[in-house]
Amino acid sequence: MLFYIVKRLLVLPLVLFLLSALVFSLVLFLSPYERLAVFIPNADSVGSNIPFDELVERYGLNRPFHQQYALWLSQVLRGNLGWSPSARMPVAAAIAKYFPATVELMLLGAVIIFAGGIALGTYAATHHNRLPDQVARVATSFGVALPEFVFGLLLLVVFYGWLKLFPPGRLSTWAEDVVYLSDFHRYTGMHLIDSLLNGRFDVFADALRHLVLPSIAYSIGMLSTMLRMMRSSLLETLQMDYVTTARAKGVTERVVTIKHARRNALLPVVTLAGSIVAKMLGGAVIVETVFNYRGMGKFIVSAAQGLDFPAILGASLLIGLIIILTNLVIDLLYTVLDPTVRLE
Amino acid sequence: MDTLRRLAKRPLGMAGLILVLFWTVIALTAPLIAPPGERQRDPYTIRRIGFSSIPQPPSDKARLGTTGGGYDILYGIVWGSRTALRVGLIVVGATTLIGTMLGGVGAYVGGWIDSLVMRITDLFMSFPFLIAVIVMSIVLGKGLDKVIVALVVFGWRRYARVMRSEVLSVKERDYVSAAESIGAGRLRIFMCHILPNSIYPVFVLSALDIGSMVLIAASLSFIGVGAEPGYADWGQMINFSRNWLLGAVGDPFRYWYTYVWPSVAILTFVLGWTLLGDTLRDVLDPRMRRMK
Repeated sequence: MLFYIVKRLLVLPLVLFLLSALVFSLVLFLSPYERLAVFIPNADSVGSNIPFDELVERYGLNRPFHQQYALWLSQVLRGNLGWSPSARMPVAAAIAKYFPATVELMLLGAVIIFAGGIALGTYAATHHNRLPDQVARVATSFGVALPEFVFGLLLLVVFYGWLKLFPPGRLSTWAEDVVYLSDFHRYTGMHLIDSLLNGRFDVFADALRHLVLPSIAYSIGMLSTMLRMMRSSLLETLQMDYVTTARAKGVTERVVTIKHARRNALLPVVTLAGSIVAKMLGGAVIVETVFNYRGMGKFIVSAAQGLDFPAILGASLLIGLIIILTNLVIDLLYTVLDPTVRLE
Repeated sequence: MDTLRRLAKRPLGMAGLILVLFWTVIALTAPLIAPPGERQRDPYTIRRIGFSSIPQPPSDKARLGTTGGGYDILYGIVWGSRTALRVGLIVVGATTLIGTMLGGVGAYVGGWIDSLVMRITDLFMSFPFLIAVIVMSIVLGKGLDKVIVALVVFGWRRYARVMRSEVLSVKERDYVSAAESIGAGRLRIFMCHILPNSIYPVFVLSALDIGSMVLIAASLSFIGVGAEPGYADWGQMINFSRNWLLGAVGDPFRYWYTYVWPSVAILTFVLGWTLLGDTLRDVLDPRMRRMK
């Protein structure tokens, strides 16, 4: 087991290397001048005075792919991810600032998706072909087809425009002043946790108020997928012989469902978790744009729109790392859930 | 025919089929429903009725109203259905072909080719699809054709996986050994015996993907990465409506027509393909048939 983990972790740098090379090769679709211009504010108005050719030469922007990549990689290995013109700060600092915001959103979303999906899926499966099951079948079809941005905007219209309950953004102005200007200690960068550690329950409530709509908006599709997966997987296990045996022994239906069937039905759900993490990272891009919530997603969009490649490369490395580690954790979880699975 | 009959017995599947047919008919008859203006060079540019920056409610000229900038909502939705259908069909057609071939041939031939294909697939899998497509289409520049290219480049990976696992099991069947024993060539066995018997799960994925690829293309246009401004694209029309979401003071739903119609269009289009795909899966998968 330990050997397996070490082996997987040893492959990790290789995958990250290939991934960064892939993203880096996208960068070279742009001309050296386009890439240079990103770093020069108001390049259009002061354009003629800038020694473009000299700068391209100095930063090696016209060298072959492998040389440019090696240059970037040598800096990254020294811990320097470069400067992000779109965020106007070093890439590492921008990631440290925006990543916790997205983690916060993802954690809330994950609670909704997993708790909701498993509970509702169990309910639908145990009421197979009865009303709750039929409702679930129709509702999840809508849930899967509903685009995050359409649902997000709908939530904004109703709960912000009309009812004025949940505002967009990440914090209200007064709470921002508390977090960034007072002696508020930022332990994790996640406002929900930091505010509790600082004993500021008003900030906690404000942060939560801003998180409600985005976390719902981007969970709904994955909640539907999760519900379906749980439902069909549980339906399948409920037909197994050992379930019949348990029933024959006189075990109550509730215990049969929860202890005998559901535990075995969870395996495919765990498999799904990997793609859910990837989808949540992608979904953050849309949802953070809709709700003007400043996290990694919005950072990536503005970086992409500004052709800010140091930022895109840095963010790609982080995202690749998260996904690879998630997949490792999932493989380990298998062995816990199903003792017959052996990792080699 | 049998498949069709079984499809017809399922109300959700029927609803999906009707929605898909509905949007296909709209797309095909777009020039009749919403004829482009005489001086309009490109029919895919949304017709503008005036240049008022404030959305105008439904009237005789624009039956579903106009967005800010005077874009005719009905025109945008009708021609947007062509855009959606085109994106869906091209992307899914190309990704299905690439993924099926890579995954299928890899699994059938085995050895290092299979390992190589799977490692490449894993690499593409280790990155969120949406973010990859955003980065690639930004690099390629503005325009829907660039979005399509980006969707194809990153979209084939799931087909490769599904096809591989199918072929791995199909190639062990007796009829494949039988064909081998009478001396059939490898190409013939792959095309005539393996491919037809392992393609169904791929078809299901394709049907589901037409909806989701259109959705992703719309998301890109929504965040301003996809189609050019003014191009008939549902995602972009919703982007147009963002400034009018909150309505006016005391009248939060004043500009409802700017976001309701495009939203309904996207939702029903994607819903149609999702329902159809789900039903196809149930109908084609014998295991599911037994459970009913």
